[in-house]
Amino acid sequence: MGCCTVDELAATVTGFVRTLRAAGVAADHARAQNLLLALDHLDVTVPDEVYWAGRLTLCAGPDDLPRYDRCFAAYFSGAKAALRRTATTSVTRHTVAAADGERHEEGEVAPATASRTEVLRHRDVARLTEAERAEVHRMLSMLSGGRATRRSRRHRRAHRGPLDPSRTVREALRKGEVARLLHRRHTTRPRRVVLFVDVSGSMAAYAETLLRFAHALVRSEPRATEVYSIGTRLTSITGELRHRDPGTALTEVSRAIPDWSGGTRLGEELREFLVRHSARGAIVVIASDGWERGDPELLGTQLARLARQAHRVIWANPHKGYEDYQPLTGGMRAALPHLDDLVAGHSLAAYEELSERLAHA
Amino acid sequence: MDIESPDKLIELLDRHAYLADEGLATAAFLALRMRRPLFLEGEAGVGKTELAKTLAAMLGAPLIRLQCYEGLDAAQALYDWDFARQLLHLKAAEAAGVADLARLEGEIYGRRFLIARPLLKALETQPSVLLVDEIDRADDEFEAFLLEVLSDFSISIPELGTIKAATPPVVVVTSNRTREVHDALKRRCLYHWLEHPGFDREVAILLRRLPECTETLAAQVARAAERLRQADLVKPPGVAETLDWTEALLTLGAKELDPDLAAACLGAALKYREDVERVLAGGLLHRG
Repeated sequence: MGCCTVDELAATVTGFVRTLRAAGVAADHARAQNLLLALDHLDVTVPDEVYWAGRLTLCAGPDDLPRYDRCFAAYFSGAKAALRRTATTSVTRHTVAAADGERHEEGEVAPATASRTEVLRHRDVARLTEAERAEVHRMLSMLSGGRATRRSRRHRRAHRGPLDPSRTVREALRKGEVARLLHRRHTTRPRRVVLFVDVSGSMAAYAETLLRFAHALVRSEPRATEVYSIGTRLTSITGELRHRDPGTALTEVSRAIPDWSGGTRLGEELREFLVRHSARGAIVVIASDGWERGDPELLGTQLARLARQAHRVIWANPHKGYEDYQPLTGGMRAALPHLDDLVAGHSLAAYEELSERLAHA
Repeated sequence: MDIESPDKLIELLDRHAYLADEGLATAAFLALRMRRPLFLEGEAGVGKTELAKTLAAMLGAPLIRLQCYEGLDAAQALYDWDFARQLLHLKAAEAAGVADLARLEGEIYGRRFLIARPLLKALETQPSVLLVDEIDRADDEFEAFLLEVLSDFSISIPELGTIKAATPPVVVVTSNRTREVHDALKRRCLYHWLEHPGFDREVAILLRRLPECTETLAAQVARAAERLRQADLVKPPGVAETLDWTEALLTLGAKELDPDLAAACLGAALKYREDVERVLAGGLLHRG
């Protein structure tokens, strides 16, 4: 490191940590302090020891490691000026609009209001005018939510059920005799939902509505909902969707997703999800038309793994909304044996029904 | 025990048949020196749990293990009251006509009616090595109270007061990364990501652990393991699995990696039916 006084060391560490942060490693002040504490026990003149001390105290996951290595090499070889903010993918804003030529109903006269909402409820969102779509989105934001529950580790008092030894002893002590047995039950917690939203080209007309649906889910159960966009790469967008305002949330999401309107490699992305995360005990919802560009067989095996971990696997397909729909695409056919439900995903009514399912699954 | 440098620790671990690389040794060295928990993350079978066991053997301290699972609660991890004995004690007092309730309460909420679970036991045992295994399998609420315990190495029991460790135990927390562990907990720890070992190290580990294994067999098994790890399996074999596999081969009297024999005891290395089928169908054991 080439410095000897405590102040110089602190300055070097601070500079290095700042470089790391710029590169996207969330190394905060507490972590920098830990590094200084660690260096106290090591030989700061040996680069390897400094390298490991930094890696052990500043990184928090395998994603951080390549960034750390790059920064370390750059910073301690004196090339720090050359290190720029590394945005991993170029960020472009996208506005999701319906595919052109799908707006043929724009000129239609609006029917009477009461039944209008009802009609709108069942119409395919890909075929709506801008105004109608805005109306659907407004209704989506009011989606009541509700979530199926699972058993939690906590207990509450109950009249029946397993014995509550702690309270029984306490009461016996208070009364001076073991008068009666008290009982307890487990409380419940909302079940986790993992939602995958397909943002590939063939789903462009549904993407915004789906993301608004995702936003409503996240808002109703922020601690028990995870959302990923899928296309050519898997991106976690749960954090972006936590914004209260749907508009802000969607802007953030469109910044975060690097692969709008590309192809779909669902199998590979599910594999990545299964390697890095887990769907244990969760309700998994995949919103996609199943136009798989990758290997359908891979999609099948990954879904089989997913189905073994998850509580339920639900596939929402926009085309399912039509009576003559048959799951003929390669992806859908590979997926079908592993799904608990295949539901429609094209209209407000379909999303309401899906939300209902999540409340009772 | 005075360990002056990471290199010295490598040597000490080696005496207990654990081959650590520089990164892992530095991590463990700092954990011992700074009295910080060591958070080890990596795929199953790369030697996370084994490190804790070896550290315990090396320090001559008991290993106290807390295996995490979904639904793990404070009564299983920290402490619990021995309710059956408390009730018996109350009954006995009642029969003997004891009327002093305050004294009775002091008695039944005393240390002798307290059952120490792993976290409390580790604070009360000195020295000790605490292994919190597979933290990713516990619920996130559990992380919160683990963080509390690891922050000041004390547990407060409402009826009894606070129990604090005079010297904190050596703590190893492991995760297979099936779930993201909360950042606050990681920040409290030294974080180390363990990779599968490279070819040379794996050969060295096999020879160190299984003295009857020949160098030829070790090299062949390590090469096969490398191929299996690249073969896109549901669960690629870790070092733990290659050790089991080699041991199985040795038990069957193998001097070299015979494809038929290797296939016969492939179950020691691969734990999914799909993986076994894939490897056998692809002839992965025949090449090289």
